[in-house]
Amino acid sequence: MIETAGRRSVADIALRGEAAPMADAPSRARVLARLRMGDTSFRWLTKLAAIGVLLILGGVMVSLVAGSLPAWKAFGLNFVIEERWNPVTEKFGALAPIYGTLVTSFIAMLIAVPVGLLIAVFLTELCPMWLRRPIGIAVELLAGIPSIIYGIWGLFVFAPFLQETLQPFLIATLGEVPVLSALFAGPPYGIGMLTAGLILAIMVLPFITSISRDVFEAVPPVLKEAAYGMGCTTWEVVRNVVLPYTRVGVIGGVMLGLGRALGETMAVTFVIGNAHKVSASLIAPGTTISATIANEFTEAVGDLYTSSLIALGLILFFITFIVLAIARYMLLRIERRIG
Amino acid sequence: MASATNSLYAGRRRRNGIMMTLSLAATGVGVGWLVLILGRLLWEGFSGLSLAVFTEMTPPPGSDGGLLNPIVGSLMLTALAVAIGTPVGILAGTYMAEYGRHDRLTTVVRFINDILLSAPSIVVGLFIYEIMVAPMGHFSGYAGAVALAVIVMPVVVRTTEDMLILVPNQLREAAAALGMPRAFVIAKVCYRAAKAGMVTGVLLAVARISGETAPLLFTALNNQFWSTNLNQPVSSLPVVIFQFALSPYKDWQKLAWTGALIITFTVLALSIIARVLSTSRKQS
Repeated sequence: MIETAGRRSVADIALRGEAAPMADAPSRARVLARLRMGDTSFRWLTKLAAIGVLLILGGVMVSLVAGSLPAWKAFGLNFVIEERWNPVTEKFGALAPIYGTLVTSFIAMLIAVPVGLLIAVFLTELCPMWLRRPIGIAVELLAGIPSIIYGIWGLFVFAPFLQETLQPFLIATLGEVPVLSALFAGPPYGIGMLTAGLILAIMVLPFITSISRDVFEAVPPVLKEAAYGMGCTTWEVVRNVVLPYTRVGVIGGVMLGLGRALGETMAVTFVIGNAHKVSASLIAPGTTISATIANEFTEAVGDLYTSSLIALGLILFFITFIVLAIARYMLLRIERRIG
Repeated sequence: MASATNSLYAGRRRRNGIMMTLSLAATGVGVGWLVLILGRLLWEGFSGLSLAVFTEMTPPPGSDGGLLNPIVGSLMLTALAVAIGTPVGILAGTYMAEYGRHDRLTTVVRFINDILLSAPSIVVGLFIYEIMVAPMGHFSGYAGAVALAVIVMPVVVRTTEDMLILVPNQLREAAAALGMPRAFVIAKVCYRAAKAGMVTGVLLAVARISGETAPLLFTALNNQFWSTNLNQPVSSLPVVIFQFALSPYKDWQKLAWTGALIITFTVLALSIIARVLSTSRKQS
């Protein structure tokens, strides 16, 4: 038994300094029993904690279902397809928030997916070696910036900027085109679904970039080298080798970003305008599920109002759960392939 | 024939050129945009930064003040959340990596944990409202801290599991060969080997919750006055930023920018420390 200064040996700790001679069978048995007890209880403690994780998810579901029960009883499944949202007459419907959530997330993904993939291509194929780490680290740090920062920037800087530049431009040019005019109808408020979508795009960009960069880097170099050896251009290598090989992982990353965008609260709440209205115009104020809850929950009076907001939360949880489950499944598949 | 191949090649070259320029432009736009956000944040935040921000209470509209009570409130909520979330997270991660590595339970918990990791935080707020605020009858700092703990936990579970799996099995076998019980192997050998990574996980979790607003809105609520009573509504930086930024008062908006700067600095510092810790572990 080796004693190092300041650090007691394992057996010492186990026996708590009791000098138990090897021949002393009863005390040896006692020590062993105690150790076994400690071992078993630690094992059970960790198992309980692991089950606790499951219980929390179960608890979230149960509490949301229980809390939203009055709303489902009062409105039935019509809750999902009704547009009205009237706290005074206590008539609620979730269509406008659901619509807003889907539209803003769609705008965000429309921009963030191509841009994020292109940045990942740049980072894995073009970027000089010495610049890869700094840009990679910057992307990861930015993924950690809290959403309220994006929100406050969107409110004070981005929305006024859009109101003066992009929105009048869109109204002037696309407002005349037959189909597109509906998308850009109305005065430029600055805040609205387009602004929220753009902010969301900036927010999910780092997520999509860092996951696609990781899966791009996992492509075996032999495959790429073979393609280059046949005379492929960089774009052809990306298009015909890297993307097909990593497709599942990229989809997983995109879904993960979509999950973020759907559930994002603060960045959106600042710039969405909180109007319970389904309008085709992208520059009109709207609302999303999370923004509605954040704006109205503390001020909600009456059980039905609160319950309707919780029902909105349940719908959001349901949608994101499915999206995230698909994302994880996809990422698991590519992990298995890479080994 | 030769010209046809050449034009085909030129077309391929051109397409390659276009796509590569686009990817360069995308990087420029992405990075530039984020520089724009951070630049504006620094500009607005620093101009409002003064000693008073750290020593005075939040003001009523139209007078001077600081952010002392939300800063203290945020620190209390974060500390309590970490104190609750970390032990549970480490224990669950330990089970998944050590005892039940190939269990069915582990697979399920890992899947659920990954979902909790990116679940919308506002839903966590609703959950805690239902199980704590509604039964207790009032908003409280405890509810806020528990809500944050629910967000801390999945991060810690994930990093603990990942780090423990990286511990070489030879270490466990050597310890077991000495006659150490499993619990001792884990506590004295595995935890030590994985310490840097696990600390990183906790730091990342703190970074994650220090900017969380949504789960606090209807759990800890807000408090305009000095209060360290966690059984009462507690003020926190993100919620104060939310409230002040949406107010029409210029000096409140100024404080909101300053608060945003403080949060961003905290988060960036924590992430950088976490990164340094995890790279120094890789090198050693």
